[in-house]
Parts: sequence; C-alpha cells; structure tokens
Amino acid sequence: MSALESQLPILQVIVPLVGAVLVALMRGGRSAWAVALVITWTMPVISILLMRKVLATGPISYHLGGWAPPIGIEYRVDLLAAFVLVLVSVVGAALMPFARRSVASEIDGDKQVWFYTMYLLCLAGLLGITITADAFNLFVFLEISSLATYVLIALGRDRRALLAAYQYLIMGTIGATFYVIGVGLLYLVTGSLNIYDIASRLADPAMQNPRPVMAALAFIVVGISLKLALFPLHVWLPGAYAHAPSFASAFLAGTATKVAIYVLIRFAFSVFGVAISFETLPLTEVLVVLSLAAMFIASIIAVFETNLKRMLAYSSLGQVGYITLGIALANTQGLTGGIVHLLNHALMKTALFMALGAIAYRLGSVKLDAIAGIGRRMPWTMAVFVLGGMALVGVPGTAGFVSKWYLAIGAVEKGWWPLVFAILISSLIAVVYVGRVVEVAWFREPSPAVEKCTDPPLSMLIPMLVLTAATIYFGIDTEASAGMALKAAETLLGGLK
Amino acid sequence: MIGEMSPGLILVLGAVLVPFLKGQARAAWMLALPIIGLMQLLSLPMGDLGQTTLAGVPLTTMRVDGLSWLFGFVFLFAAFIGILYNLYHDDPLQHAAGLVYAGSAIGAVFAGDLVTFFLYWEGTAIASVFLIWASGTERAYRAGMRYLIIQIGSGVILLAGILIHHHATGSLAFTKFGLDAPGAMLILLAIGIKCAFPLLGSWLPDAYPQATPGGTVLLSAFTTKLAIYALARAFPGTGILIPIGLVMAVVPLIYAMMENDLRRTLAYTLNNQLGFMVVAVGIGTEMAISGAAAQAFVHVVYKSLLFMAIGAVLYRTGTAEASALGGLRATMPLTAALCIIGGLSIASPLLGGFVAKSLILSAAMKDGYFWVWLILLGASAGAFVATAIKIPYAAFFAADSGKRPEEAPKPMLAAMSLAALASLIVGLWPSLLYGALPFPMTYDAYTLEHVVTQLQLMAFATLAMVVMVALGLYPFERPGQLLGADWLYRGLGYRLLRWIEAAANAAWTSIVGGVTSASGATVAWARSLHGPDGLFGRTWPTGTMALWTTVMLGAYLILAFV
Repeated sequence: MSALESQLPILQVIVPLVGAVLVALMRGGRSAWAVALVITWTMPVISILLMRKVLATGPISYHLGGWAPPIGIEYRVDLLAAFVLVLVSVVGAALMPFARRSVASEIDGDKQVWFYTMYLLCLAGLLGITITADAFNLFVFLEISSLATYVLIALGRDRRALLAAYQYLIMGTIGATFYVIGVGLLYLVTGSLNIYDIASRLADPAMQNPRPVMAALAFIVVGISLKLALFPLHVWLPGAYAHAPSFASAFLAGTATKVAIYVLIRFAFSVFGVAISFETLPLTEVLVVLSLAAMFIASIIAVFETNLKRMLAYSSLGQVGYITLGIALANTQGLTGGIVHLLNHALMKTALFMALGAIAYRLGSVKLDAIAGIGRRMPWTMAVFVLGGMALVGVPGTAGFVSKWYLAIGAVEKGWWPLVFAILISSLIAVVYVGRVVEVAWFREPSPAVEKCTDPPLSMLIPMLVLTAATIYFGIDTEASAGMALKAAETLLGGLK
Repeated sequence: MIGEMSPGLILVLGAVLVPFLKGQARAAWMLALPIIGLMQLLSLPMGDLGQTTLAGVPLTTMRVDGLSWLFGFVFLFAAFIGILYNLYHDDPLQHAAGLVYAGSAIGAVFAGDLVTFFLYWEGTAIASVFLIWASGTERAYRAGMRYLIIQIGSGVILLAGILIHHHATGSLAFTKFGLDAPGAMLILLAIGIKCAFPLLGSWLPDAYPQATPGGTVLLSAFTTKLAIYALARAFPGTGILIPIGLVMAVVPLIYAMMENDLRRTLAYTLNNQLGFMVVAVGIGTEMAISGAAAQAFVHVVYKSLLFMAIGAVLYRTGTAEASALGGLRATMPLTAALCIIGGLSIASPLLGGFVAKSLILSAAMKDGYFWVWLILLGASAGAFVATAIKIPYAAFFAADSGKRPEEAPKPMLAAMSLAALASLIVGLWPSLLYGALPFPMTYDAYTLEHVVTQLQLMAFATLAMVVMVALGLYPFERPGQLLGADWLYRGLGYRLLRWIEAAANAAWTSIVGGVTSASGATVAWARSLHGPDGLFGRTWPTGTMALWTTVMLGAYLILAFV
C-alpha cells in the first residue's frame, strides 16, 4: 500500500489517460460510460488521499522515472494544487451519473464512445496541468486537454457547434503558442524548465537582465488569459459553452477555466513572484480593469441573453472576473477570495448547467420563452437553478457570499473603496438575470410542451442536488473551502516575495 | 427548548418541510411554527444568547432585550395571523416564501451583531419577492423585479456600511451608532430604503399592491417595521429623522386621498404611519422610543387587518379599485365590520392606535417640539380620513356597485378576528402594552384631555368627509388616480390643497420621470452594446478575436518596458 501511495501523483494522471484508451476500445455507449464511470470515480479517491498527505506532511515532490529535477520532470502537489485536483476530480466524478442519459439523448450512438474517450483525455490533461511542476510538460497537458475539448464541443448536435469549436481551436492554439513562447523565453534566460527551479533562479539577485523575463511574463499572461477567457479575450467561450453537449458544458464550466486560472496563479505568484508580477509589471492595475470590465460587461450581456446556456456562459465570464480580481489584489484576503471562488463557482455553475441539461433532456430547448412555467413541472430541477442562481448573486448562506466577502475584505485592506462598491453592485446585475429566469419558470403559464415535462430521473437529479447541497454547505461551514484557500494564499504570498 | 435558537430560524427551517406536506397537515404545521417560536421566545431569558462563530467572526444570533422582545413578539403574532389568512390558497411556494420571509424578519430583530442582521436582512428581501411574483401578471413581474433590485441594493449598501464600520472600529456589534460612526451614513441609507424614506420609498406603493391578496398582508407587516426596529436600535435621537419623518407623515397622505386602488391607498397610509415612528425615533427620548415601539406594535396589527379586509374583497371580487366597489356590506357584513374596526384602530380610543399614538404625541409635546406635535396631529386626522373612513366606505358602502360576492373564506375571517381582538385588547388594557415596552412605564392614555382631543379630531375629520360626500365632492366612484379639477376649484380652501398636490406631484413626477427615463435610456444603451446583436454580445469574427490577443500582448509589453 505504501508503495502504491508513493505513486499516487502519477496515478492521478495515468489512470484517466490509460482509461481513455480502454474506453476507446469499447463497443457501445453504455459500456464506454461504465468504464469511464469507474475511472472518474477513482480520481477523487486519489486526489483526496493526496490532499490528506499534503496536509499531514507538506508538499509532495514526485520524480518521474526517478529522474531528479531540474533535468527530470517533477510532479509537485502543494496545497493549492491539491485543492484544484480535488475540485476537478470531484466535479468530474459527480457529473458521471448525469452523463448516461444526457449524452445518450444528445449524441448519436456510435459517437458516444469517442465522447467518453475525449472526456477522459480532457480530464487527464486538466489534472496533469495542475500536478506537474514542469513548464513544458504543462504545455503538453494543456494541448491534450484543449484538443479533447475541441472534440467535445464539436460533438454538439447543433451545427453551430462546429463553428464554435473551430473558433475555440484557433484561439486556444494562439493561447497555447503564446504560452510556449513565454516558456521558451524563460528557458533562454534561466536554462531551466522546472517551475520551482526557474523561480529560484529568477529570485537570484544576480539576474541582471529582466527584459526577456518581462516579455515572457507578458506572453504567458496573455496566453493563459485566453484560456481562462478573461475579457476581452473571452469571445470564444459563450459559443463553445452554448453549443457543446449539455454534459460537456457542465464539465467545462466547472473545470477548464478554473485550471487555467490555477496556471495564472502559479506563474504570477510561484514562478515570477509578487515582485516581478505586481511591481515591475503592473499586473494589478491591468487585471483590475479587465476584471471589472468582465464583471460588468459580461453580466450585462447575460441580462439580455435569451438562450439560457449562453446566459450562464456570460455569467461565467463575469464570475471569472471576480477570481482574477482576487488575484489582482495580491493580498491574503483577496487571493483567498479568488481561490475559494474557484471552488464555489465550479460547484454552483456545474449544478446550474446540469439543471439546464435536465431541461434540455426533457424539453429539448433552453430558450427563455420556451421554459415558461417549467418550475411547477420540474420543481427539483428549478430549485437547483434557483439556489445556484442565488449563489451567483452572492446571497448570504450560499458559497457565493463567502467568496465575495473575502474579495470585499481584500479590497478594503487595500483601501480601494470604489472597488468594494463595484464588487457589491455587480451582484445586482446577477439579481436581474437570475430573477428573470426564476420569474418566467415559476410564475408563467406553461405551454403544452412544458406541461408534459417532469423532473429527470434520479441519476440526473442526484448529482445536481449533491453539488447544490455543497454550494449551500460551503456557504455555512467555510473551514474546508475558505480555510484551505486561506492557507494556500498565505503560502503563495509568503513563499516568494 | 431547542437550545438558544432564534425563533426566526424555527420558521425558516420549518418552511423547508412545507412543500412535502399536504392539506390539513401542512396547515397545522405552518400554524404550529410561530407558536413554537413564541414558546421559544418565552422560555429564553434576557441577554445575549446563541453565541457562535462563523468563519472566525463571533456572532450573537439571539439578543433578547426590551426592544427586540416586543418586535419579535408582534412579528410572531403577525406571522401567525398572516399564515392563517393565507390558508385560503394552496400554493406551497407562497406558503414557504411567506414563512422564510417572516422568519428572516424575526431573526433580524434578534440579531445581536451586524453580520447576523445582514444575513436575515437579505433573507427578507429575497423571500418576499416571491409573494409579489406569485400574482403571475406582467405588472407584478416588473414591480417585483424593481422591488428586488431595490431591496438587494439596500442589502448591498448595508454590507458596504458594515465593512467600513468593521474596518475602522473592529466591532460588529449592532448597537447605537450615531451618524459620526464610520459607515453609519451607509447603514442609515440602507435602513432608510427599507423604511421608505421620502424619495427612497417609491418601491412600497409600487410593489405592495401587486402582490397576491395574502402576500400583501405579510409584506405590510415585516419589511418596514424591521427597518423601524433597526432605526430605533442604531439611530435613536438622530435629529435629521424628525423632518424626514414629518415629510413621510404628510406627503403620502395626499396620495392616499387621491388614489383609487384601495391597496395602494393602504400602502400610502402605511408610509404615513411609518412617519410617526421615524419622528419618534428621531426625538429619541425613552418615552419616544417606547412610543415608536408601541406604534409599530399596534400598526402591525391594524394595518394587517385592513390589508386582510381589502385582500378578502380583492379575492372575492377580483378588484380593489374604489370606483369598481361599493355596497359590499350586504353580502360581506363580517368583513365590513372587521374592516371598520381596523380603520378605527388607527386613532379611536378603546382601540390600539390611540394608545400608541398618544405616547408619541406626548413625547413630542414633552420635549418642546410644538410644531412637530402640531403637524403630527394634523397628519393623524388626515390618516383617519384616508384610512378609517375612506377604505370601509369605498368598499362596503358608497354607491352600490351591484357586486354580491360571498363572505370571505373562513381562514380569512379567523385571521381578521384575531387581529381585531388584539387591537381591542390593547385598546382596553393599554397597561399590557406599556408594561412590555423597552422602557416600561405607567402612562395614562385615557386622560380626559387625550380622549377629548382625539374625539374632536375624529369628529371634525368625519364631518368634513360627510359634507364632502354629501355635496358630491369626494369622487370615490370616479376611476383614475387624480381628482377631477372641477371640484378642486370650487372652494378657496381646496386651492391650497390643489397647489400642494400639484407641487408635490410635479416634484415627484420630475424626479421619478427623470429617473425612469434615465434608466430607460441606460437600458436602451446597454442593450445596444450588450444585447445579442450589440458590440459585446455578438460573436466576433475569429480574426477580431486574434487581433485583440495581439492588442493585449502589445499593451502588456508596453507597460513592461515603458
């Protein structure tokens, strides 16, 4: 057992990778789903074991093939990495019971096998990005997850899914290229690809020529901003989420942007350090402006959007703004707010997209005017939507409030009062776009098509309810979420000044 | 019982079960909740209870003292009659929302710290909008959305104030601030919105008449009185509140007289009665604070009663417009009688309102606020006309509308009778109320002077009304919201009224119109930019996206190297 335990970091990545091959060998959608289910359900087990180990004994360093860094590839699990690993693996696993019917109803039989294959590849890529400490290895995983994502989106039944996938392909490739250019520049200057090795060499006072380093930072930040869909590099996202299969939307909304944000945090704090990221390059100022633009512009678009999947996608862009705002504040409370919102937003948005998936499963449409009166036909599904929406608004008692509380405190500590107001007032916009849906769904007369709808089967309903319960739970008991985020933020800010 | 749990939380948690129960079991469960809450309140000692920590912040979730006890008690009573009244329908969503709403208001009253207070404050905002939307009309949707944004906005301002206060003082205690405390202005503004201060309170007559008949009853009881509680807690003796309260006591009366919709009339007089309480808080002496608390207590009772009676009329006839009603006493005699009691309760001796209002008037007189006293006295007479006479008269007497609806359903009648009984008890044995006030006192409302003054006022107001109606001057039967210009110009005395009304109207219209057109223009502008076809909302061509990537990179590089 202890031999296996020491191999946990590589198992976290290799199991879904091999699992993807296994799934590809399956004949039908049902057996592919069953294999994928088993694989994804081992993921949280591994990540939680890793988390426990990190909490007990500090960061884990795993040398791939026994080659010591900086020559060999290192996997490193610190608190933040473990936090994101748990987040991704739990969301990925919680979604699987939902997948069976949703995928079967939206994707043709022969393509389902490929869908689950791509899903596992994407999962492996995202987990790999999080766990690796090698900047180039990270690029490889970024490409694995991105390529799989393009296919996941393109499998949407709407022909517009192809265009959306194509646009994302172009933009994602530009982003990845920018990232790899940045890594190349770093390699030129430091001669290393290991993230922690680069960091220690950059911190060396003898490092006289920071210009290529600045360029590297600029390339990496822009490249990653594309992947995390930070305004104004966000335009690929709404189409991608809106036309992807419901299950893929739910998964990507919960995990893909979150992992990209993790990379941004990793580079801004662990690699370049606060001194370069926030003092030499005014990352704070730039990110604050872009975050505010995202929080307001994207949320206002959501108000006018009538396709609910697009609406949630725009809402995601706004919520990403909160997270990057927390990063921009670069103080303990603000960063805690950003990190905890990674988790909180993943939970609420996945649940919301699943609710829409359930509506698509029963009704076939997620247009605002088509769902009139559906609240009384699908009460559980819409209850999930209402609670998730309240969390988006940041209603006290939900996880969203906790995030905003820390962000507001972070802004207060900086003495930036207008920012405090911006954080609070932007939640009013969420009131409008959520309230609009709630009113239409609960208080309008149902159409004949809606009359026939009922709540989805339990296999779809339970995952939503579990994530919604978690949203509420983390709004009340914040020890596991915000407590952990606080420790991670302290490490990030304390480690390299 | 149940540890030191707040009675409010009992209602909130109890609401979770409501959708799973049916018929009589549900009714029994819902009615039991406020009773359990009351038993809990009676079993708890005074003091700071329910101490806990949330995310490292120490909280006092249950503070019982004189002020919170009285408000908590009357809120529990209002919750009970509100639930009873609402049994006429069978909509679990409305029932649950009502319970959460009432429970949040009760929880907020017992909150000993600002965080707990804020949590419940937001709870009232969100739960209550469902009572408005439940009407299911387009108007209700729009009014509900405006209401929700204003209420959440109030919460946001409150939160900002709390953050500032906490940052500057390190304290989260919910006690008397005074205006100089950091963040206090924001907190006052947040409370002012919920309290329907002049210019901040247009949501009240906008939203309340759009709710379901039972929803309005609940709405009228909690939100504004919670704000009064918060004012009395945090800002007693703040001078600025006196003029604010006076404006509230006078201006809405003009609208109440003119209004055709009876529920909106009640909303205006609700605003007018709040003015009395705000003035009392502004005076801030022990007697005045007690007066505000007493007035809030009886006001919850009689205003609920009036809204219940008009709600019953609306439920049976489908309208609450004065011009479409009249003569209903023939078939709704019990509702009519109860409505009259509710109307008289606003001022008449032997009923609740007299007992409380005397206290405020005495407090004003005692501290030398002569003009305040005089204005309040006038407003009191005006409120009597607009409430006690106009409401029952328009609905149950006046010219016969020919409508012959059934008597109100039994749960409605039971709830109204309870409220009427409560008003009568307080009126007959005022010492019961006085003994429970934050600053217990032995005050004698029934002095010859008080009674005679009050009766004279009522008699004069009634006489004026009777004369006006007899001469055909008071046009209940005319639809529309404004009085016909013809009668306004008949007498010199009315010209003044006409002038005040026109000036007030012009001011309101220009402000409201300005805000409306400005917000309309903003929405249009936002849609042109953010709508599905707008600059931000449409999907850009891939090339444009790539261009922006380059722009961003260039920006970063320039920032790095300049």
